[in-house]
Amino acid sequence: MAALRHPTTPGMSDLAASSPIPERRAGSQAWWNAVNAWLLLLPAAVLLITFTHYPILATIRHSLFITRRNGTEVFVGLDSYQAMAADPIFWKALVNNFWFALGTIPASIALALVMAIWVNRNMRGRSFLRLAYFTPTVLPMIAVANIWLFFYTPDYGLLDQLRGLFGLAGWNWLGEPSTVMGCLIVMVIWKEAGFFMIFYLAALQQLSPDLDEAASIEGASRWYTFRRITFPLLMPTTLFVAINAVINSFKLVDHLVIMTKGGPNNASTLLLYYIYEVAFTFQDSSYAATLTVVLLVLLSAVALVKFGYLDRRIHYQ
Amino acid sequence: MRGRTHPVEAVAAWLLALIWLAPLAYAFWSALHPAAYATSFSLSAPWTLENFARAWKQAPFARYYLNTIMLVTLVLVGQLILSTLAAYAFARFKFRGSGIAFALVLLQLMIMPDVLIVENYRAIAKLGLLDTIPAIALPYLASAFGIFLLRQTFKSVPQELVEAARVEGAGPLGILWRVYVPLARPTYVAFGLVSVSYHWNNFLWPLIVTNSVEARPLTVGLAVFGAPETGVDWSVITAATVMTMAPLLVAFLLFQRQFVQSFMRAGIR
Repeated sequence: MAALRHPTTPGMSDLAASSPIPERRAGSQAWWNAVNAWLLLLPAAVLLITFTHYPILATIRHSLFITRRNGTEVFVGLDSYQAMAADPIFWKALVNNFWFALGTIPASIALALVMAIWVNRNMRGRSFLRLAYFTPTVLPMIAVANIWLFFYTPDYGLLDQLRGLFGLAGWNWLGEPSTVMGCLIVMVIWKEAGFFMIFYLAALQQLSPDLDEAASIEGASRWYTFRRITFPLLMPTTLFVAINAVINSFKLVDHLVIMTKGGPNNASTLLLYYIYEVAFTFQDSSYAATLTVVLLVLLSAVALVKFGYLDRRIHYQ
Repeated sequence: MRGRTHPVEAVAAWLLALIWLAPLAYAFWSALHPAAYATSFSLSAPWTLENFARAWKQAPFARYYLNTIMLVTLVLVGQLILSTLAAYAFARFKFRGSGIAFALVLLQLMIMPDVLIVENYRAIAKLGLLDTIPAIALPYLASAFGIFLLRQTFKSVPQELVEAARVEGAGPLGILWRVYVPLARPTYVAFGLVSVSYHWNNFLWPLIVTNSVEARPLTVGLAVFGAPETGVDWSVITAATVMTMAPLLVAFLLFQRQFVQSFMRAGIR
C-alpha cells in the first residue's frame, strides 16, 4: 500500500516495484516481466531492425564491396571512398547542401520568430494570420514544387511576366546555375517558416507577461526588451528549431525530382538526391552506399550535438 | 502589454500573410479558370471546372486517391498498434536491456527510413514486394517517434488507476487497453494527424518502390502526370495539384487548432 501513496516516485512507477510480491517470488516475477516486455516489443523491434539497424550496417558493408556483372561481390576496401573523393559531383552536392542549409535555416528561423511575435499579439485577425503562415506546412512538397515551377518558368511564368511589366527580358530562373539555388531556397523558406513559427509561439506563451510589463515600466523600448529579454529566453527554442532545420535540410529533395533534376550542370543537386540518382538512375548501388555513409556520418554528427550537448541546456533552463 | 501593436507592424503582418497565401491562391485561380487566363488576372475571367474534369480523365486519379488512402490507413493502423505495444513495454516494465533497446529505437529519430533508400530498396526487393502498397508502408510501420510520444504519455498515467484495474482482475493487456489507451487519446490524435499528413505528402520513397498505377500514391501520380514530356496544359496540371493537396487542406481548415497543436506536440519531443 505504501507504493500507492507515492505513485509519482520514480522507480516506484513500474509494475515490478509497485506490486506487493512476497520476497521469494520476486525472481520469477522479474523474469515474467521481462518476457512480457520483450513480447510487447517484438513486432516493432523486428521492423526497426529490418528497416533501420540492419540497413545502416549493410550500407557500411556495401560501401566496401563492388558487385560484378555476374552478381558476385568483390571486396575493394576503401576504393569507393577514393573514387568519391575524386568525384566532383559529390563535392558539388556537399557544397550545395551547405549553401542550401545556410540559405534556408537562418532566414526561415528569423521569419518564424517575427511571425510568432505577431500572431502572439492581440492583433485583429490573428487567427487568420496564423492560418496564412502555417498553411504551406501541410502541403505536399511535390505540389508546392509544381506551383513554384510555374512561377519560375521562363517568359510564360509569373516572375517573368512581372519582369515584363518593367520591360525586362525573360530569364530562365531554374535553368541558370546563378539563380537556381536562390529560387529553391526562397521556396523552401516559404514552406518551412510557418512550421518553425509554432514552436516560437508555444515558447512565447510560456513566457511570463510580467517580464514585458516590468520592462515597459522601466521604460525599455520594445526593441531593447526583445533583444535583451525575449530573444535570450527563446534561445532554447532557437537551438531546437535550428537542429531540426539542419536535419530537414538533408532530407528535403522531393522538389528536385520535378523542378531541376539537380541541374543545370548539378548546380542544384543535394546529397540525398545524388544518392537517389546514383542508385536508381545509374544503377550503381555500391557507390550509392558509399555516399549514404557520408550522409549517415553527417546525421550522426547532428545527433551527437543534439543529444550530447543541446538537450542538457534546453531542458534545464 | 501584448496589445500595443504599431500600425506599421499590423500592416507588415497582413502583407506577409497575403504574400504567404499568394502561391496557393494562384494555384486555385489557375485551376479554376480556362488556360488563357493562367497568367492574366481579370475579374471577368470565366470560372470553370473543366481543368479538373480533364485531369481526372487523363490520368487514373481515382486509383491514386484509393492507393493513398490505403497507404495512409495501413501506415497509421500499423504504427498505432506497434507503438502502443512497444511504448507500454518501455513505460511500465522493468527489464534488463530496456535502456539500450530504447536508445536503439531513438536512433530512428535521427536516421530515418527516408535516407536509407538504397538498402531498404534491396530489402523490399528480397521480400518480393516491389511495386506494392505494403512496400511503401513497411519501413515506416515501426515509428520511433510514436513509441517515444506514447511512452511519455503512458509514464504520466496515475498508478492508482493501474492498481484499480489489476484488483478487478485485468492482465497486462487488459490494463493497457482499459487504462492507458483511453487516457492517451490526445497523444493518439496528435500522432495520427502528423502521421497522416506525412504519409499523404511523402514522395521520394514511394517514387522509388512503385512503378504502376495500381501501387502509386497521389504524390507520385501527380509527378508522373505533370512531367514536361507529357505536354499537358499548365492549368490541368494545377488542377491535379489542387486535387492532390485538397483533402489535407480541407482537413486543416476544419481542424486548424488540432493540426497546429499536433504538429507542435510532435515537434517538441
